[in-house]
Amino acid sequence: MTMGNWLVNHWLLVLILVVWLGLNVFLFIYTFLTYEMSDKYYYTREILGTALAFARASALCLNCNSMLILIPVCRNLLSFLRGTCSFCSHTLRKPLDHNLTFHKLVAYMICIFTAIHIIAHLFNFEHYSRSQQAMDGSLASVLSTLSHPEKAGNSWLNPIQSPNTTVMYVAFTSIAGLTGVLITTVLILMVTSAMEFIRRNYFELFWYTHHLFIIYIICLGLHGLGGIVRAQTEESMSENHPHNCSESYQKWGTHESKCKHPHFEGHPPASWKWILAPIALYIFERILRFYRSKQKVVITKVVMHPSKVLELQMRKRGFSMEVGQYIFVNCPSISLLEWHPFTLTSAPEEDFFSIHVRAAGDWTENFIRAFEQQHSPMPRIEVDGPFGTVSEDVFQYEVAVLVGAGIGVTPFASILKSIWYKFQRADHKLKTQKIYFYWICRETGAFAWFNHLLNSLEQEMEELGKVGFLNYRLFLTGWDSNIAGHAAFNFDKATDILTGLKQKTFFGRPMWDNEFSAVATAHPKSVVGVFLCGPQTLAKSLRKCCHRYSSLDPRKVQFYFNKENF
Amino acid sequence: MGQIEWAMWANEQALASGLILITGGIVATAGRFVQWYFGAYSIAAGVFICLLEYPRGKRRKGSTMERCGQKYMTAVVKLFGPLTRNYYIRAVLHLLLSVPAGFLLATILGTVCLVIASAIYLLAAIRGEQWTPIEQKPKERPQVGGTIKQPPTNPPPRPPAEVRKKPSEGEEAGAAAGGPQINPIPVTDEVV
Repeated sequence: MTMGNWLVNHWLLVLILVVWLGLNVFLFIYTFLTYEMSDKYYYTREILGTALAFARASALCLNCNSMLILIPVCRNLLSFLRGTCSFCSHTLRKPLDHNLTFHKLVAYMICIFTAIHIIAHLFNFEHYSRSQQAMDGSLASVLSTLSHPEKAGNSWLNPIQSPNTTVMYVAFTSIAGLTGVLITTVLILMVTSAMEFIRRNYFELFWYTHHLFIIYIICLGLHGLGGIVRAQTEESMSENHPHNCSESYQKWGTHESKCKHPHFEGHPPASWKWILAPIALYIFERILRFYRSKQKVVITKVVMHPSKVLELQMRKRGFSMEVGQYIFVNCPSISLLEWHPFTLTSAPEEDFFSIHVRAAGDWTENFIRAFEQQHSPMPRIEVDGPFGTVSEDVFQYEVAVLVGAGIGVTPFASILKSIWYKFQRADHKLKTQKIYFYWICRETGAFAWFNHLLNSLEQEMEELGKVGFLNYRLFLTGWDSNIAGHAAFNFDKATDILTGLKQKTFFGRPMWDNEFSAVATAHPKSVVGVFLCGPQTLAKSLRKCCHRYSSLDPRKVQFYFNKENF
Repeated sequence: MGQIEWAMWANEQALASGLILITGGIVATAGRFVQWYFGAYSIAAGVFICLLEYPRGKRRKGSTMERCGQKYMTAVVKLFGPLTRNYYIRAVLHLLLSVPAGFLLATILGTVCLVIASAIYLLAAIRGEQWTPIEQKPKERPQVGGTIKQPPTNPPPRPPAEVRKKPSEGEEAGAAAGGPQINPIPVTDEVV
């Protein structure tokens, strides 16, 4: 049952995956068969065997995947697609949110094909070397002695021309070999610095090292220049067709046989044809980012909140946002090249946009410190964005379940503020009838800046008489016996002692099964959107609950799960 | 980039190099390439490096994600004390291990990657990092009754307030435990 539910929610993602895998398999097999069966490679196969086909097939797949890998990271392009697709149902826009996952999948595929490609070529080099040194007068050794640049013009087959040349020498003196080693080294460096552990904890290292992809692209374009993979020319096939002449190789070129020596030619490089378009797209994307970032950003207000949280309110000409979007921020005085993502915490209805920055690493700590100085002038910052994530969908659902863990509550700060404004203006376009908001947090200090917002919302709800609209629960997971003691002691008070809000703080983690079944019972015919900004483990439990409590009948309650990811 | 612990990246890079050495070595040995014995060496070196680098060291700040099942290797690596703790030694070790693999084309990629890992370890060592094992936290057995310091000094049933002795302020925690509680009203235990 759960598989059925999952498929209904994710059919487009599955389709894209299947098409991509199918494309890879098709390209691989098609190229493999070409090199394994085709006559013009008959003599090449004589020396190299099946390794030739493996190398060429994996090469084509590498070209294809290298083309695909740049596209998911063109976030301005993707934003544009999302915008034009606003009339599509949420299922169609879902795949665009998984762009980074697709990028990683393609990267893994590139690694797999690189391994196949290198291993196959190692065998190829070894076979070339052996047949050059072979003294047994076999077809392979005869083919290997076919000569060098002469008046017959480059009709050689074996790139190893002398028995003294080692494979190492050929590898490092050919363009293909040199670019090959360089490209693989760069690929490995990019992959090791992009491991989740490194990326999450040392973001700058990942960011800078990943720009080595420029070397990857350049080397890929140059890799095929040497024309080492050679096929028999058309002209030569008419004088020396393998089916007729391969047996009589000892008599080639003599009076006894009509077969002449075969001539070979290399391929022109093909990689550039695959990667040119995505490179152009990506260059355009970077220019666009640069242009957008150059627009002047005016900082209108700076607030230091407890627990080292910095709020920045800014204005920029032509900037317009939707709820829950994020921006990239660059501060040249801290670091010229680094761009860090932050969720917008302001609502679209406000005349400024704001972010809340928490000290989580080198850059953020320096950033906060720069603004703490009251006497020096405020540092200049650049902003790129906004870029959309799923939070824009939240008003499309009749019922919304919002879950924020720790600082992951920030997109929802934007949403709740927006609701406040929509209420004030009595905006009837709001489809949302009910919101369940869960904030799960470890320590009380982080509540402080959000307090004010929830306080105002509480009052607002009371004034408008719509107390049931926003249903929120605050969960404190880092409690100890002290805090629990205090809470028990103050049980009778009307407001919570930690937050001053009417809604009491819960301790521990929410029991999702209870929550979901309560929501399902309360709204048996609605479509419920579940939005999470938080850790993967929480995503797993929520996703499971969504599948479990969605009924198979599309007219009854349906839970759709959406996760924010950066 | 001040807070980057280079050793963490060096560890990932060295682990990857180990795997590449093993793969290259297998190809060279299975294909009986020229000088394939370097391939055999490469497999052995690769396995050794993977075992050495598998247990991740502890980060200086924040929590560290362990690799799956690394606690067994952590115990072994810990045994060598300063040899494995010090990153200068690791840098030199990796540099030396990479040299023989550099003679064979099949394994030279492993050499290049391992040399880079060695360089990063050198950088880590210069910045004073060192390898600290991730220890298993002993499971804290909940102390049953550990916070109960004194038995209640005036449990119910209590006589009315005027008969009751007024509990003085400082009597809270250090209250006179003394002997057994003397109930002002006789109490019968009705539990079966």
